[in-house]
Amino acid sequence: MVTWPNFFSQLFNGLALGALLALISSGLTIIYGTLGVLNLAHGAMFMLGGYAGYVAYEATGSFTIAVVAGSVFLVVVGVLMERVIIRYFYSRPAEDQILVTFGIGICLVEAIRLFFGSLSKTVSPPDWAAGITSLGFMFYPTYRLAVVGIIAVALVALFLVLFRTRIGLIVRAGIEDSAMVDALGIDVDRVFMIVFGIGAMAAGFAGIVNAPVVSLTPDMGDAILVETFVVVVIGGVGSFTGAILGGLISGEILSLTSMVDPAYSGVMLFAVMTLVLMLRPQGLLGTRGRT
Amino acid sequence: MLGRHAVLVEILTAIGLIVAPFTLGRLGLAPGTANQILIWGLFGVGFDLLFGYTGLLSFGQSAFYGTGGFVAAYLLTRVGMSNVLLALVIGMIAAAIAGYGVGLIALRRTGIYFAMITVAIAEMFFFLENSPLSAWTGGENGLPGVPTPRFDLFGFHYQVGPDWSMYGFLAICYFIGIVIALRIVRSPVGAILSAIRENPLRAAAVGHNVHGYKLTAFVIAAAYAGVAGGLLGVLQAFMPPEAFTFDTSGQLIIQTVIGGTGTLFGPLVGAAVWLSLRDFLQQSLNLGAAWKLVLGVIFVLLVCFLRRGLIGGLRDAIGWLMARRDAPAGETDKPVPAAAVVATVGPSRRKDETPFSGPVLEARGVTKSFGGLVANRDIQFSVKQGELRGVIGPNGAGKSTFFKMLTGELPPSSGQIMFHGRDITGLDIASVCQLGLTKSYQVNQLFNRLTVRANVVIAALAERRGRFSLDFLRRIDRVPGLDAQVEGTLALVGLAARADVPVSELAYGEKRRLEIGLALASSPSLLLLDEPLAGMSPRERAETVTLLKNIRRGRTLVVVDHDMDAIFELAERITVLHEGAVLAEGTPAEIQRNKFVQEAYLGGVAA
Repeated sequence: MVTWPNFFSQLFNGLALGALLALISSGLTIIYGTLGVLNLAHGAMFMLGGYAGYVAYEATGSFTIAVVAGSVFLVVVGVLMERVIIRYFYSRPAEDQILVTFGIGICLVEAIRLFFGSLSKTVSPPDWAAGITSLGFMFYPTYRLAVVGIIAVALVALFLVLFRTRIGLIVRAGIEDSAMVDALGIDVDRVFMIVFGIGAMAAGFAGIVNAPVVSLTPDMGDAILVETFVVVVIGGVGSFTGAILGGLISGEILSLTSMVDPAYSGVMLFAVMTLVLMLRPQGLLGTRGRT
Repeated sequence: MLGRHAVLVEILTAIGLIVAPFTLGRLGLAPGTANQILIWGLFGVGFDLLFGYTGLLSFGQSAFYGTGGFVAAYLLTRVGMSNVLLALVIGMIAAAIAGYGVGLIALRRTGIYFAMITVAIAEMFFFLENSPLSAWTGGENGLPGVPTPRFDLFGFHYQVGPDWSMYGFLAICYFIGIVIALRIVRSPVGAILSAIRENPLRAAAVGHNVHGYKLTAFVIAAAYAGVAGGLLGVLQAFMPPEAFTFDTSGQLIIQTVIGGTGTLFGPLVGAAVWLSLRDFLQQSLNLGAAWKLVLGVIFVLLVCFLRRGLIGGLRDAIGWLMARRDAPAGETDKPVPAAAVVATVGPSRRKDETPFSGPVLEARGVTKSFGGLVANRDIQFSVKQGELRGVIGPNGAGKSTFFKMLTGELPPSSGQIMFHGRDITGLDIASVCQLGLTKSYQVNQLFNRLTVRANVVIAALAERRGRFSLDFLRRIDRVPGLDAQVEGTLALVGLAARADVPVSELAYGEKRRLEIGLALASSPSLLLLDEPLAGMSPRERAETVTLLKNIRRGRTLVVVDHDMDAIFELAERITVLHEGAVLAEGTPAEIQRNKFVQEAYLGGVAA
């Protein structure tokens, strides 16, 4: 039965989920846009962020510290991954890059399973965001409202880095033509490392912020990875704004469809993706020519 | 190459499958594991055709594995069909139909897009199985009670049982699967699939319907997946919903890469390694949940250091040892100068060319603009039968863009292109080539990991078989006239002695000649040559000029080049392009005297 409070509550759920997907997808898309590598370990990084937050939270009891520590940890993981493995794959075929990141993703998931087991872990939301808030016409979990705010801030921060800083300028130029950027005497190598770190951090940060809403399992990244793919296909690969638009659209589709019939929410998402592919193969905000 | 070994592989496979239970079985291979290996191996044969041969990395094969499996299991458990083989075949057809539909969507894009779309679509299949269709599929519970096959032949009854009895049945299925796959690989379609993997652009440019062949590979892979899925249900007496998960597609990819892509047997080897390591790590080393981490690390290391997998690595090692042994023989393959050979390429298969008295090629007011930039403006261009036309112009004059429009690589913004009096504006590159108009590229577009002969074969196949043909069970050496065409072309471009060398080992001049040879092998009536002399040494240049003189017999040629001496020596008429438009046209002598040309192009010094 669809009622107005139910509808608004799902609309908010969709917004929260959409914001989350937007943040994760923007990480995936700037990595692909700059480095040309599709990171199949991105879902695992999201999961890893959640677990890193869990460990830090258990140790300190502070949610803020958990978020900071988890983010820093993911930057380190991302940079290490890029330095040790990924950078040797820039000159190899796209299929090899996909295979190696896929393999790394499996290793991360299985390593977490080894240390933490398959049973789910939970993180409680910070005290200030516990409980529910009255929005006048309905009640809504406070932390979920906070998630929307936190992620909006993170997206704005990412936007500012990409569009208002020197490194962002280089990243955007690198998306257009990394060989040219290299020829201009800019150390593309270092930029690639930083971008991979930032992309990993985006996924990890989303993982921690999302942790109090869900329970953590080693496999939780798989489903998110698939949804992230749908988001970037809808929004356009390599487009930051496309990732945000695609994320919000996907979040609302998943959420509003499940209000009518949960069984069809996933199906509907893929139907929309197929429609976009038919009508606008490069994605809503993607540019033609990039394959 | 094929002739002698054609049946050997099949015989060795049969022997291996028969011997395995008596040898590996004695060594501790459990029949259950052996049966799973066979199913993964069969599943992987189709996937290897798709990924290893055609170069399409799909992460969505679980969709077809599950589809085939559930359709067969549904027929056997809910509908009450008693013929297991028939149910398996219907499951296979259902999977192939699903593959056709998914392929139409996923193949709209390539590379990472293709990988992402296949992941997403496979996930949708899983959702469909799990909830909306759960009344038919059993949802999370799957379909229990799948029977084993029963054979009634001439009063002889045999009910397939578990373990080694099941092994016998699965081994026969695998054998049939591998025999068909070997035929596909050795067919013209198989050759074209590898060409698409190496260079899809050129595969289209020599006249093949690349999209059609990709879709064919996708459907074949789906059919294999469907049968394997059906067999999974038969083996376990239960069709598990896990067949549809991302993990299934992932495991298939991992096993194929471990064993070796592009080998057909790689997935079987990979599955054997994966499953026996799993058993070994779990049971003998008591690693418990860590086994998958160990395998994950092994997989990453293989991708990093042994991308061609175990079979590929073994092949490389053997090849290296053989090369070392044969090294002293080293006769220098001196390329036969093209001038020494006066060969002919058989007449074109195209008989429908009605004698046409007008110009062979005519461009009427052809314009191309990219955004605000006008690359070609209102070009009028006409070539007579048998003519050798030179096209010159400074860098950026729009010569390459013009050529691209003539061959269908780019659609013109406006204007019309006529070929033998027929409007070919807007036709795709493969269709234009099929009509007898093709070009050689300014930058070599070859099939790099294939041999010289295989390169020419791929181009000649397009001419012999047309744009699209599904003769995937025909042996490539049974294509009528192919051999003569290939040998003739090789002789004409002076590469007959180098026919079995991989393209990557050719010298630059030889690659340039092969580039022209690829265009020639499709027997064009009009051949465009985009800077055939670019970057050549004086000797190579002289050889190529002679080659051009040879190939112009019976053909119409249009040559773009910066080499003025060569163009003025070869061409009967010359067209000068400048800033995207035709500046002048005439005989070499007229062009040399033309004031505008001297000013715009030769800088006025010649006056």
